[in-house]
Amino acid sequence: MKKILAVLLAAVMVLALAACTKKPVDEEPSSGEDKSNTETAVPAVPADLKVGFIFLHDENSTYDKNFLDAAIAAQKALGLSDEQVMLKKNIPEGSECYEAAAELADAGCDLIFADSFGHEDYMIQAAKEYPDVQFCHATGTKAHTENLANYHNAFASIYEGRFLAGVAAGLKLNQMIENGDFTAEEAKMGYVGAFPYAEVKSGYTSFYLGAKSVCPSVTMEVKYTNSWFDEAKEKEAATALIQDDCKLISQHADSMGAPTACEAANVPNVSYNGSTVSACPNTFIVSSKINWQPYYEYIIKSVINGTEIDKDWCGNIATGSVELTSVNEAAAAPGTAEKLEKVKAQLKAGTLHVFDTSTFTVGGKTLDTYMADVDTDADYTGDTEVISDGYFHESEFRSAPYFDLLIDGITEA
Amino acid sequence: MSKASEKAKEPLFHIAKRPSMPMWKSWLIRIAAIAAALIVCAAIVVMLTDLNPIEVYVSMFNGAFGSKRKIWSLLQNIAILLCISLAVTPAFKMRFWNIGAEGQVLAGCLATAACMILIGDKLPSPVLILIMVIASIAAGALWSVIPAFFKANWNTNETLFTLMMNYVAIQLVSFFITIWENPKGSASIGIINMNSQAGWFPSLFGQKYLINIIIVAVLTVLMYIYLKYSKHGYEIAVVGESENTARYVGMNVKKVIIRTAALSGALCGVAGLLLVAGTDHTMSTETAGGQGFTAIMVSWLAKFNPLLMIFTSFLIVFLEKGASEIAMAFRLNESIADILTGIILFFIIGCEFFVNYQIIFNKKHKEGK
Repeated sequence: MKKILAVLLAAVMVLALAACTKKPVDEEPSSGEDKSNTETAVPAVPADLKVGFIFLHDENSTYDKNFLDAAIAAQKALGLSDEQVMLKKNIPEGSECYEAAAELADAGCDLIFADSFGHEDYMIQAAKEYPDVQFCHATGTKAHTENLANYHNAFASIYEGRFLAGVAAGLKLNQMIENGDFTAEEAKMGYVGAFPYAEVKSGYTSFYLGAKSVCPSVTMEVKYTNSWFDEAKEKEAATALIQDDCKLISQHADSMGAPTACEAANVPNVSYNGSTVSACPNTFIVSSKINWQPYYEYIIKSVINGTEIDKDWCGNIATGSVELTSVNEAAAAPGTAEKLEKVKAQLKAGTLHVFDTSTFTVGGKTLDTYMADVDTDADYTGDTEVISDGYFHESEFRSAPYFDLLIDGITEA
Repeated sequence: MSKASEKAKEPLFHIAKRPSMPMWKSWLIRIAAIAAALIVCAAIVVMLTDLNPIEVYVSMFNGAFGSKRKIWSLLQNIAILLCISLAVTPAFKMRFWNIGAEGQVLAGCLATAACMILIGDKLPSPVLILIMVIASIAAGALWSVIPAFFKANWNTNETLFTLMMNYVAIQLVSFFITIWENPKGSASIGIINMNSQAGWFPSLFGQKYLINIIIVAVLTVLMYIYLKYSKHGYEIAVVGESENTARYVGMNVKKVIIRTAALSGALCGVAGLLLVAGTDHTMSTETAGGQGFTAIMVSWLAKFNPLLMIFTSFLIVFLEKGASEIAMAFRLNESIADILTGIILFFIIGCEFFVNYQIIFNKKHKEGK
């Protein structure tokens, strides 16, 4: 087994090297005309292929940086030129998004991707106007009910990544309890959330359950900022949580506010969207993130090959879409990396479920049935039974999360 | 000793107000300023990015005029900015420092959105749109009459008052967003009446922005006539120059202040209507997008002349469009585009100084007394 792995790894490295050495050759002509003779492992990219990306902010937001980096990585991996990949940054969630999408379509894009929840209606509007262009939207919920052939949603089972990050948090709490910093009953975590959406609730619940799986006495307090990106508010919320005796902080918001507040107060932090170790060398433990590169490569290849794109695509650990950064040994409890590998293998194999109903209660009761609001309609009523086989089936009936329960042990401020 | 100190007192040059300047000369100064700005920008582009500055300017131009859609979108953005600039003009001409345009526009947006959401499916389209027009104008006017009423009666500071009203409007909008949220939990109201399109402005000749552009064009001409030829326009000018003079000649200053502020707010309400019913079909706290403040610059640069504002608002929108095109075409952060916009504006605003004042170099007084 190890040998096979070694061979595979070597093959990957060779490929990567080959890709690297080829890059300058690829970039120099930059006219994109003499592309035909460059051989790549992927299907030959037509010279007139164009892909457009729409981002809510720019690289100053960790959320958008994650998408931007993945777009550029996918571009390099597939050998596309800069002219073939158009990046539109700072596009607000209004008619500007429609204008941006339509401009990209006018400029000859065959595939257009938008990264923010509020872009959805405008992407649908553009999709109706340009039936020959494929429109893909991250975190949206309407593709499976809208039934447009050229409009698609995508997300990833990030709750698995959050669960793993939660395990790292629980181990850190255990270490601090052992050191006598505080008692097991005082083990309380703080969580800075953006909005009270299912996406955020699903995220913090899985994070909490991860921590609870190794530190059973843990509790958690959640504070919302009501903004995806507000550095001052996020910092303020994290500081308030620390003053409220939270021993460890995590966040689901896009600025560096919470991580830097933790570094200043020397409180361990589990991050999101990517490593914050350079800014927080003493307190950063680990970060979960969605890697969008596999999805980007999938949709670009689909367009090249003329195959259909999934209406509602959900990546996971196995597709490489859900990732953990490397553990910061300076802040994490010893043995964290090994434990994470073990849990990761269990999640991959399906022997462990994040929302196992035997591990949590709601209002003192174990859940055995729950109708979730999967289809977006005007009534906001539950329409799909999501609990079976002893666990809550998150992200299976649509890619965007729909776990929106407040479980015991977590309090919202 | 005494001579030395006398010398030190006399600076190298002094600044004096120009008596007047022929038209061609003032425009020569302005054109020179733009040329100088472009040269400085080019130097900065080369220094920071190694790009060819000519290519950068070409792509700026492309961003504004690159395709039919871009031209329409440029005209539409000009229309909105121009509408808000027209709105602030009478108030500023009267020296009523209305910096609450942002909030007045939002009030108009809120009224429009409320009509579309609450009675959108109950009334035929023409009636609905008529109600939306009345509601948005009333809301915008109310939002500026409140500070004007306090100013006229108790001489409160209208700058602070109108500024604070912005925040009230923003909070009201976000309050109603949570009530009308769609889908639930999204903290946005999505596109209003997406399927029925009730309350949406119709497309004219297949162009959905044309109606906005025509409305603002008509308003521009009306505002020009109003300020230049009407009795009201004259009263505004007199109150602006001196309230005491106005009182002395028997004008009702209170009435003029409140009436002008109401007009200013009403036009902002129209801008809100155009934004929600004509283009966005949604509302957020960002719908006005800071244009309530940009409009002040547009109005001031045009010296409160509505016809000149067509050019100044074009300039601002052109720079914005060009800036984001540069960022995309060369994969730069938008900050570089902002830097260039800043430099160009600095030169354009700065050159007005040289149009209005002259620098006189002091001739050295040779010892001859």
